[in-house]
Amino acid sequence: MVHDVIISGFGGQGVLSMGELLAYTAMHQGKNVTWLPAYGPEQRGGTSYCTVVISDEPVASPISSEPEAIIVLNRPSLERFESQVRAGGFIVYNSSLIDVSPTRKDVRVVAVPANAIADEIGATTVANMVMLGAFLEVLPVVSRDDVMKSLAQTISARHHNLLPLDEQALKRGAEVAQKVGKSS
Amino acid sequence: MAEPVMEVVARPPESMEDVPLHYCPGCTHGIIHRLVAEVIDELGIREKTIGVASVGCSVLNYNYFKTDFQQAAHGRAPAVATGIKRVHPDKIVFTYQGDGDLASIGTAEIVHAAMRGEKITVIFVNNAVYGMTSGQMAPTTLVGQKTTTSPRGRSVEGQGYPIRMSEMLATLQTPAYIARVAVTDPGKVHRAKLAIRKAFRTQLEGKAFSLVEIISTCPVNWGMTPNEAIAWANQNMLAYYPLGEIKVPPEVS
Amino acid sequence: MAERMLMKGNEALAEAAIRAGCRFYAGYPITPQSEVPEYMSRRMPEVGGVFIQAESEVATVNMLYGAGGAGARVMTSSSSPGISLMQEGISYMAGAEVPGVFVNMMRGGPGLGDISPSQGDYFQATKGGGHGDYRLIVLAPGSIQEMVELMQDAFDLADKYRNPVMVVGDGMLGQMMEPVTMPPMRDLSTLPAKPWATTGAAGRKKNIINSLELDPYVLEKHVQSLKAKFDQMQATEQRHDTYLIDDAEIVVVAYGTVSRVARSAIDAVRGEGIKAGLFRPITLWPWPEVALARVVESGRVKAFLVAEMSTGQMIEDVRLTVSGRVPVHFYGRYAGVVPTPKELAGVIQNLQAQLK
Repeated sequence: MVHDVIISGFGGQGVLSMGELLAYTAMHQGKNVTWLPAYGPEQRGGTSYCTVVISDEPVASPISSEPEAIIVLNRPSLERFESQVRAGGFIVYNSSLIDVSPTRKDVRVVAVPANAIADEIGATTVANMVMLGAFLEVLPVVSRDDVMKSLAQTISARHHNLLPLDEQALKRGAEVAQKVGKSS
Repeated sequence: MAEPVMEVVARPPESMEDVPLHYCPGCTHGIIHRLVAEVIDELGIREKTIGVASVGCSVLNYNYFKTDFQQAAHGRAPAVATGIKRVHPDKIVFTYQGDGDLASIGTAEIVHAAMRGEKITVIFVNNAVYGMTSGQMAPTTLVGQKTTTSPRGRSVEGQGYPIRMSEMLATLQTPAYIARVAVTDPGKVHRAKLAIRKAFRTQLEGKAFSLVEIISTCPVNWGMTPNEAIAWANQNMLAYYPLGEIKVPPEVS
Repeated sequence: MAERMLMKGNEALAEAAIRAGCRFYAGYPITPQSEVPEYMSRRMPEVGGVFIQAESEVATVNMLYGAGGAGARVMTSSSSPGISLMQEGISYMAGAEVPGVFVNMMRGGPGLGDISPSQGDYFQATKGGGHGDYRLIVLAPGSIQEMVELMQDAFDLADKYRNPVMVVGDGMLGQMMEPVTMPPMRDLSTLPAKPWATTGAAGRKKNIINSLELDPYVLEKHVQSLKAKFDQMQATEQRHDTYLIDDAEIVVVAYGTVSRVARSAIDAVRGEGIKAGLFRPITLWPWPEVALARVVESGRVKAFLVAEMSTGQMIEDVRLTVSGRVPVHFYGRYAGVVPTPKELAGVIQNLQAQLK
């Protein structure tokens, strides 16, 4: 089984680190993974994105022409990647910052007010974790618990006091996706 | 009649191969080679010295020194020496470069080796002309000096004033020892040797970058006899390239 | 078993080099490989090695010439324009028989070009690059794990033949992260002795590292001895890999990044019953002609499709080997554009349609 996802947003929204966390967690579950960032001028200021492929077999192409899912944190990202999602795939988008709705009817769409939720939690920086929580609810390639274990291993000890906020963010994101799941 | 007793009164330095040099009559490379070899002998460092030959008339000087040698691409001797010295910090590494090599094509390498304070010694032979390629203008060619590529004499308009490498390098904070000497009369040869010894001792003491610029002659390409060339150098080159120690660390004596 | 780590290609290759015994790195920043000097600047001091940020790529290669000539395992990394600047020094190293490893994370060109993945330096790497009669062993990894393993081989081959070795990748392989298992640290005392190195002539004849010889008859003898090495490389160092090639009627020939995309494309068209397979050169030089000729001689192949991120460079070697026996088609994206799996699958489908 191969899962490929593009994660995209403004530089600074934590899209690269979100992808890295996802890849790292999947690797620890014994999966083969690739994490491919857009690099160079694209990482300065404008839209930043990465492609994560998770597979039981060795990963062939780390580039995805028709990703199974996109996680988009800003409007330019939605506009760029919406058309690429494969039919039957997923669009998880940040409705706090994206004031339009995806028009695709052949994919499952999850609107996540990630910044609003992150502000409620009290840390704008965990908006990306809210998005990840929602994504993992609709496409559970790894569990939230495994993500938290990876996070504890990868971030420096001085940031460990933030872990409860990250955990809360993942959970709140998942709850949003669950509601969408029930309504659809 | 008894056999006459032969006493050795002069011989080549241990650190020099006993082979004929290929240099032109009157060329001062031979003197400079000998000075470097004598210093290596006197400091007892032949077996731990690694030389770097450059491109120019002295390109073949690995044939004349009895030390390990690497021949470098044109201008790159300081980079090559950097590589050697960093691998063998306990060895003594020197480059031997002409003015075309060091002051033209190799300016970046010499400036940055000096800036980094590489613990190497640079023997910089300045004869104000490209010798090996037969007499083209060098960055060190004097104003008015005729060469095969400045047939009307070097003009300031378009070619500028010659570069004083030692003074320029001495503006850097890191280098330990920079001196300019000449080999154009016996007294100057003696002082040149003292400077070369000081430069090698600077390195032996683990201090940063040392360089000795040596004003030299090129009778063939200057179109002069050896004696005329010596006189011309003393009169003209020394007027533009003053001799003396330009940068000396207080501790080196 | 060693731990599986998620590593960026550029950092993985740097760590792999250190484990292979590299103790001298000089380099100059250039995208998309600047993580290599950054990593080396942190790591080299920990293992007693040398890191130098050189003033230019020209100085870099000459530092390698010095340090490699002095006996260390040496490397640098750069990207296309920087590798161009090193060519003179690479020629000197080949001529003076100084081992060293060069990594070229190729980017789009010509000129300043861009910083995106490219394979436009195939000719430069395999057909010379610098002046004079010499060859480089050129290794082209297809994954980060393979890059780690080939770095070990690169240093061993460089020492074995006293010749520079080049490892080529691109920004995708350099910037991507994949799980890798690192080999253990090599014990430096087990590395081959280098009695020819400049270490100071203590109790032995002096050693000279040199490529100059003005007598053409003497130089010809030297170049003959270099040629004997290159002949031996060609006879013994060809490497390749294949994927689903046993029954393949369309064989895609691709290396590095494109080979990864090609595998996905082949998986996709196999699902539609197209018998496609992959021939992946691992050594770009020596060119794996023996294995490729065997594929031709199997008689099963109806068409080759050479896929490159260039306007057509490796295809010349494919054509030489195939020698007109089977049609050789070409698909290239270049200037920093990476073909997608869907795009390449479409090319294979079109080719299949033509064959019918």
